[in-house]
Amino acid sequence: MSAVVDSAAVAALRRIGAMTLFLGQVLARVIPAFAKPGLIVKQIYNAGARSLVIIMLSGLFVGMVLGLLGFDTLQRFGSEDSLGVLAALGMLKVLGPVLTALLFAGRAGTSLTSEIGLMKSTDQLTAMQMMAVDPLRYVVAPRFLGGIIAMPLLAATFSVIGLFGAQLIGVQQMGVDVGAFWSQTQNAVDLHDVNEGIVKSLVFGIACSLIAVFEGYQCEPTPEGVGLATTRTVVTSSVMVLLLNYLLTAAFLTRS
Amino acid sequence: MKNSRSLEIGTGLFVLLGFAALAFLTTQLPGTSLKFGGSDGGYTVTARFDNIGDLKPGSPVTMAGVRVGRVESIRFDPKDFKAAVVLRIEDQYKEIPEDSDASIQTAGLLGGKYIGIGPGGSETFLKQGGQIEFTQSAIVLESLVNKFFANMASKGSDDKKDEAPAAQEQK
Repeated sequence: MSAVVDSAAVAALRRIGAMTLFLGQVLARVIPAFAKPGLIVKQIYNAGARSLVIIMLSGLFVGMVLGLLGFDTLQRFGSEDSLGVLAALGMLKVLGPVLTALLFAGRAGTSLTSEIGLMKSTDQLTAMQMMAVDPLRYVVAPRFLGGIIAMPLLAATFSVIGLFGAQLIGVQQMGVDVGAFWSQTQNAVDLHDVNEGIVKSLVFGIACSLIAVFEGYQCEPTPEGVGLATTRTVVTSSVMVLLLNYLLTAAFLTRS
Repeated sequence: MKNSRSLEIGTGLFVLLGFAALAFLTTQLPGTSLKFGGSDGGYTVTARFDNIGDLKPGSPVTMAGVRVGRVESIRFDPKDFKAAVVLRIEDQYKEIPEDSDASIQTAGLLGGKYIGIGPGGSETFLKQGGQIEFTQSAIVLESLVNKFFANMASKGSDDKKDEAPAAQEQK
């Protein structure tokens, strides 16, 4: 907004700073937002329940591909019984959280950004402020929280459906023994692996929701600005998810 | 009102499903409480092994490479320091000779363990609660490797005297 034209580096720095400040502002309103749980439930519905079909469908197909390729590779070493281990660890640790977050950014993040952006461009947010209603508390915070609550649940659903997708291909089509598939999986997976997936999806949920509401709230209040902000949501979320995924994977590796 | 009803139902379904998935991942996947592919049909026989390696409940029991049942449970018997393995054999394979032998084998190089039953020649067959007397334990790779190196060492000690000067000359 300022008349000074920033260089690219300064602009990037400003965006990071603005987003951090925005995160602080939203976090300060997280507790008050629980006073109106209905608003949060509505956002869980928008971000979570309405993403369920795409998440389940994607999970099934990713799991089936995992079953197909995993079987093909493991078979060369005569250890196709370990297919369940491969599918479960792959799903829990990486594919579940990451793909859910990417799908979430595309499916729910965009709608959050454009919704808030349109509210802004039609002066609804300004109107709320004039009536002494805090838009951060009643518009932004419930959407932020809804996304954070929805993400781990979506990721868990994705992983479970994917695992059964892998079983469908591995056991029904490729002839892996169903007992060996599950007993080896149950033996190899421990709670630590499950927790890694849950922590990852929580972090991704925070990142994706924050980026989505930030872009919407900060966008240029024009049709073009809302469009640009929506694009930025997808791009920034995707890159952040993949980057955070690397950092978290490394952190969990050194801990164990 | 109708709108809020469907919203609540949808959200409730989603949250239930999500928590069901989480519960499955946290309790069933790392544990062994849930049995997949297990069945209550068939009959059980016991086999006692000195060492079962990493045989697991749910592992297949095969005859001539065909699956005839599953490992139902494994427990340690403190009386004779052996592992008592309960095998559940499917009903259609009733006629397994009493003097058959059971051995623990490995599927492929890195694969899981399974039990192979080799048929005996007896006219009487295994029944519910019966016991397989002849068993062969799992081959533990480490002890096999140790044995191999021990053999090599004892064999090689004779040749070493001839080899050592030769190696030095090459340098």
